[in-house]
Amino acid sequence: MSYRQKHLLAIEGLYPPEIGHLLDLAESYVLLNRSGKTQRDLLRGRTLINLFFEDSTRTRTSFEIAGKRLGADVINMSVSTSSVNKGETLLDTAATLNAMHCDLLVVRHDQSGAPNLLAQKVDAAVINAGDGTHEHPTQALLDALTIRRRKGRLEGLIVAICGDVLHSRVARSNIHLLTTMGSRVRVVGPPTLMPAEAARLGVEVFHDMERGLAGADIVMMLRLQRERMQRGLVPSAREYFRFFGLDAAKLAAAKPDALVMHPGPMNRGVEIDSAVADDPQRSVIREQVEMGVAVRMAVLDTLSRGRGRNEF
Amino acid sequence: MRDVLFSRVRLFDPASGLDLQGDLLVHDGLIADFGPSLGHADDAAVVAEEGAVLCPGLVDMRAALGEPGYEYRETIASAAEAAAAGGVTTLAALPDTLPAIDDPALVRLLRARGEETGSLTILPYGAVTVGCRGEELAELGLLAEAGAIAFTDGSRAVGSARLMRLALSYAKGFGARIVQHPEEPSLAAEGAATEGELATRLGLPGTPAAAEAILVARDIRLAALTGGAVHFAHVSTAEALQLIRQAKAEGISVSCDTAPPYFDLNETAIGDFRTYAKLSPPLRKDTDRLAVVAALGDGTIDAIASDHQPRDADDKRQPFAQATPGGTGLATLLSVTLAQVHSGALSLGQAIALMTEGPARLLGIKAGRIAKGLPADLCLFHPERIWQVEAGQLPGKAQNTPFDGRALEGVVLGTWKAGRQVFG
Repeated sequence: MSYRQKHLLAIEGLYPPEIGHLLDLAESYVLLNRSGKTQRDLLRGRTLINLFFEDSTRTRTSFEIAGKRLGADVINMSVSTSSVNKGETLLDTAATLNAMHCDLLVVRHDQSGAPNLLAQKVDAAVINAGDGTHEHPTQALLDALTIRRRKGRLEGLIVAICGDVLHSRVARSNIHLLTTMGSRVRVVGPPTLMPAEAARLGVEVFHDMERGLAGADIVMMLRLQRERMQRGLVPSAREYFRFFGLDAAKLAAAKPDALVMHPGPMNRGVEIDSAVADDPQRSVIREQVEMGVAVRMAVLDTLSRGRGRNEF
Repeated sequence: MRDVLFSRVRLFDPASGLDLQGDLLVHDGLIADFGPSLGHADDAAVVAEEGAVLCPGLVDMRAALGEPGYEYRETIASAAEAAAAGGVTTLAALPDTLPAIDDPALVRLLRARGEETGSLTILPYGAVTVGCRGEELAELGLLAEAGAIAFTDGSRAVGSARLMRLALSYAKGFGARIVQHPEEPSLAAEGAATEGELATRLGLPGTPAAAEAILVARDIRLAALTGGAVHFAHVSTAEALQLIRQAKAEGISVSCDTAPPYFDLNETAIGDFRTYAKLSPPLRKDTDRLAVVAALGDGTIDAIASDHQPRDADDKRQPFAQATPGGTGLATLLSVTLAQVHSGALSLGQAIALMTEGPARLLGIKAGRIAKGLPADLCLFHPERIWQVEAGQLPGKAQNTPFDGRALEGVVLGTWKAGRQVFG
């Protein structure tokens, strides 16, 4: 069985073989990319639109490179969400996209569920590139690919996801993917940044870094936005770093060969110490970026095949 | 006006204990007579329906009308159409309109607009605070004098304990009730769903269910302190219901209602970001829903209100957290409530009382009963006939029903206002 959905809106609900298929295909794209070859006929004549309602140079560029490597015509659209009636903009945009015969639509939006709403209204296959605090499926796929290539498997690994889990779509997608693939997932952070009933997602909840990291194979750090401190969820950056920032001392609790990951962009000195982030023995943060392109190529490839060529 | 003779129907009125297979005669807009058999009236229009139940026209103690200010959502005329189709003949209208009903002239206007419909008595709520802004008390006395039925800030909670104390205390002097939207505002401010596993999975900001109990607990204490009467609208959690049950047992002047979504649906209705199921308060876990059903059965809940909140497509076609909460409820009030009768949770008498006698008693009005000499406000329904709710096909303008697709047993066959048929 390969991937059976029209869109990629969320990891939640995907079956292990679907995830496995995407990772296997991405693996082949890693090799292709490293060999310097291209496959520019695969998406020739197809239009990929990067529709970003929220700034993200990193993710947008990654999708752009992935699309271009497969030969698609890539168009970037940035839409300001500062206008008063955001929803109207979203559906107006959907109507515009239909008129332009877009084939693949990559959406980033600051509201949970916005890609689901768009998927109901557009003809294109929709790829969620991050929606509010809901999901960020391609980030979870690239994280899984990074882990799988380094550790040879996902099953049985202990993965500690640390920091602002409450507001993190990266955390949610990773939790769904890793638990689906048989990893043991822990979430670690202060109670004010932990979503309600987090344990119901099949994870163990910790409020202490050393305990949460004990014996971990993977330490996945999350970005803490400054806004969280302004809203009183965390008293201060220095207090956060003291208790939840990843430094060498806290990392010592994890397995000696534990890998450090971060979805970027990093707040050095807030959630992660530079010495750890830049440690070539432990940090795979740069590798994550490379995997991102391969995973997105696999997703674009799969979704375009899923629809059948004649539909374009 | 031509006489109407309901022939061989089940006459049903919990207020008077009436449950009789028989006839009812309407003369001059009033209930002239009823009994096992009234014989034949030559000049009367005869209404006969096998298996039908004739009950008092429903009294809905909580509905938003859209007028004034939100006519793009609903007008009084379109709300009246939906009400008639739902068997509702008396309706208490929420004051958080634009402008808010915080001026005696607006109360009189709404009453008059109700009369113009010819099918619906509109009982306006007055605003508790000026503009429903929660800052300073509105002119409760003048509003009451103009005909405000009770006071509420509608969908907004009176958040300040001091202001709520003043409102309860002051309104007591006019014998009026304060109706509270029970969500602690600072806890509910950003919430789009009930906090918990589902909201976590969907990545939606959650409001803890306890936000309801917290405000209910506070206002029960304030009612006890002031001797004023507090009524909690659309109560939806086990914890709040238990507090109300206890306060009633202690003799504190407290009452409450709920609305069909809170005993028929649970939070899973919002799955896949369905904004029609985004309500205020939000849908709850099933344990809370079951507690609402139990509280309907044991008398803790005094009334079932439609909680009709008309929204237009643009209000709802939004990412979930940005969509406007609220669902229509007039056309589905009776049928969804009857589902609790069919399931065995409520008797027919309990169900009808919660939509007639119960709210009429709370509002202090002479409606919601069948008695000789009273205006013939009547609802004829078939308890077993089935229909399916379909957004887009509902009577009235607003189509934002949280029950879209729900198959229901119980169909309103006809509605009469003061003896005149206004639906069916």
